Amino acid sequence: MASPPLVMMQVIDELRRHLGPDKVRTASSEVSLYARDASTFQGEAGVVCFPTERDDVVAMVSACHRHGVPFVARGSGTGLTGGAVPVDGAMVIVMTKMNSVLSVDPGERLAWVQPGVLNLDLSRAVAEYGLHFAPDPSSQQSCTLGGNVANNSGGPHCLAEGVTSAHVHAIEVVLPDGECVVLGGEDPEPDGYDLRGVFIGSEGMLGIATAVCVRLTPDPPTVRTLLADFGDVRQGADAVSAIIAAGVVPAALEMMDALCVRAVEAFLGIGLPLDAGALLLVEVDGAPAGVAAQAARVEEVLRTHGARSIRVAADDAERALLWKARKSAFGAVARIQPNYYLHDTVVPRRSLTGVLSQVYEIAQRHDLQVMNVFHAGDGNLHPILVFDKRAPGVMDRVHAAGTEIVTASVEAGGVLSGEHGIGVEKRDLMPLMFGPDDLAAQALLRDVFDPDGLANPTKVLPTGSRCGDLGHQPEGTWI
Amino acid sequence: MDLRPLIGAVLEPPHDVLQPTGRGTRSSTGAGRRVVAPSGIVEFEPAEMTLRCGAGTPLEEVHAAVAERNQEVALPHGGTVGGALAVGHSDVLRRGRGPIRDTVLQVRFVTAAGTEVKAGGPTVKNVSGFDLCRLLVGSHGTLCVLGEVILRTRPRPMCRRWFRSEAPPEVLTARLLRPVSVLWDGESCWVCLEGHPDDVADECRRASLAEVADPPELPGGGRWSVAPSRWPEVAGTGRFVMELGVGVVHHERRADPSRDPVTTSSVRVRALNDRIRQHFDPHRRLNPHVDLFGG
Repeated sequence: MASPPLVMMQVIDELRRHLGPDKVRTASSEVSLYARDASTFQGEAGVVCFPTERDDVVAMVSACHRHGVPFVARGSGTGLTGGAVPVDGAMVIVMTKMNSVLSVDPGERLAWVQPGVLNLDLSRAVAEYGLHFAPDPSSQQSCTLGGNVANNSGGPHCLAEGVTSAHVHAIEVVLPDGECVVLGGEDPEPDGYDLRGVFIGSEGMLGIATAVCVRLTPDPPTVRTLLADFGDVRQGADAVSAIIAAGVVPAALEMMDALCVRAVEAFLGIGLPLDAGALLLVEVDGAPAGVAAQAARVEEVLRTHGARSIRVAADDAERALLWKARKSAFGAVARIQPNYYLHDTVVPRRSLTGVLSQVYEIAQRHDLQVMNVFHAGDGNLHPILVFDKRAPGVMDRVHAAGTEIVTASVEAGGVLSGEHGIGVEKRDLMPLMFGPDDLAAQALLRDVFDPDGLANPTKVLPTGSRCGDLGHQPEGTWI
Repeated sequence: MDLRPLIGAVLEPPHDVLQPTGRGTRSSTGAGRRVVAPSGIVEFEPAEMTLRCGAGTPLEEVHAAVAERNQEVALPHGGTVGGALAVGHSDVLRRGRGPIRDTVLQVRFVTAAGTEVKAGGPTVKNVSGFDLCRLLVGSHGTLCVLGEVILRTRPRPMCRRWFRSEAPPEVLTARLLRPVSVLWDGESCWVCLEGHPDDVADECRRASLAEVADPPELPGGGRWSVAPSRWPEVAGTGRFVMELGVGVVHHERRADPSRDPVTTSSVRVRALNDRIRQHFDPHRRLNPHVDLFGG
């Protein structure tokens, strides 16, 4: 790798003098490791920093501000849109060593945590109080709370409980000029604008979270989990809309299509019906009588819409098994092809059937296999294009099919992303959803927090709608 | 919904101070020419649990429309949709239903310069771009004129009941699973439970609650926002009703506000607010009299 530019050398020297060499790393193995996240995009890091406390972050960001160096905060790097990929030799600030649960107030059902705490570790830490953190992305064993805040992450159980924004009271933030503020508060109506709300989901472009006050959710006393088997994917999709239309909002409502079912069964061997056109995993939870009534209503709707069989988890072990089937889908892809590209769009529930048909048609036209495993209850599609990247020209077809899937979703009245964010991946598709004035308003907000455009530049906002950033695309950008 | 008439009203000469107005139920009349958002429900899709309406739509019209399909929307009563969102205050059911900001999925608004802007998206889940909708809820008409909104609706619970308890707040709340509201006036608590009637009856028995017809009347002097863990400090501030687990305190008019249990914002947070206002309304046309920090 080429030597960092002079200005970066100055920043590195300054930070090493102040923080010591352990927190400021330039070894080529580390710099190359942190040049990418879980997406396909390849960036270039100038230096990799490992803060262990807030003041370290203040020092790092302040140095960047003084010298005009761009920086990118990241957690575990599980993001799929290139949101944590550094561009043009930016400083990468890795938050994973700030991983303490600072305080828990079980009475008020809240906790202050550092951003490097893993999502599932937080729920484990508060399990003794009968509480958990409701957003549960599929990556919850490895993704961090800071990443969840940056992306406003969701997960299967956000159907009834809401995404991350509904579970965060306050955020301590180091702003792009190095100053530290608390946005929001433990109190419900802090004066002024909801800066907490605009920070969540801003993909690291408004500053770096150094502590988060989260809302904790009581564990439900009763849970019932059902797995329904449909001969045809359209029947399954129609049943999803019908459940919601019947006035039931399950805790989770997930769908797997035929290819996904076969892959998971080959992977786990737990007796899933191999001839299923689709499986619906439905979970209702709460107090016992309400759960019984909702489960009965769901079963009725499922049968009316052609469910061939309904398996009800008899105990926690079977429930865990059914969820394992859902959560193993990505691992099971390897049974089909060595590589996959996961998409994330949302459509109105009434359009599920139609857009799914389009997804199959698009994949077929591009000579690709596609499997679907997704949060059907809120219309959050996750088409997975599976392929062997060694095949000549396959990436072009994958990218072309992806753009068509996103376009079809938006044209059906949907949106670009339900939980993965925009990052680099969908940045240039933002005009599908937003006009120039809409994007200018978003750029205005960015400019308030970061007039120099140093915090995670070149993400989310397409070139031309921003104030100052140059639209340099990292290698591998497909749109 | 056509926002051109609203844009026309904003741009109409003279280019003076504007006061985005609903029915005037939530704020005192400030200076400025009134601009009124369009009214009417454009689309209610019960199966999607979304409702699209003009910001000037009376809330009672929205509540009545969704109730017909056995749904509800987590907005308070009285005035208009836009008024409720501009002020951003939830009603006493916030503990269970969440803050009203989470009700808003998409907003189409008109800037002080007469530009139409869309924020958010029409689906129940969306993380496409910055969340400008959150910025607008509670902005007191200082950033834009709300034109049209898409709201999230939800099924009505099978039953909803109010109860009273004389147990100390910390004892009572530890006994309750997910109450929709717990109100405390320093002596008694009022609890709202919802769900299946059998579950409500069970929880009522376990927590030794006595059913009452209504929640207590709220003092009309204003509301404080305090961390919910500070509930013991609220005792001794005169007549009040506090939303436990939330932190909103409805209080009577105070002769000496210097001893109010308020939470103050940092200088830097205030500066960020000022910058946002300056960016979105550089000529201070929109509700310039509004002090976001209550001073």
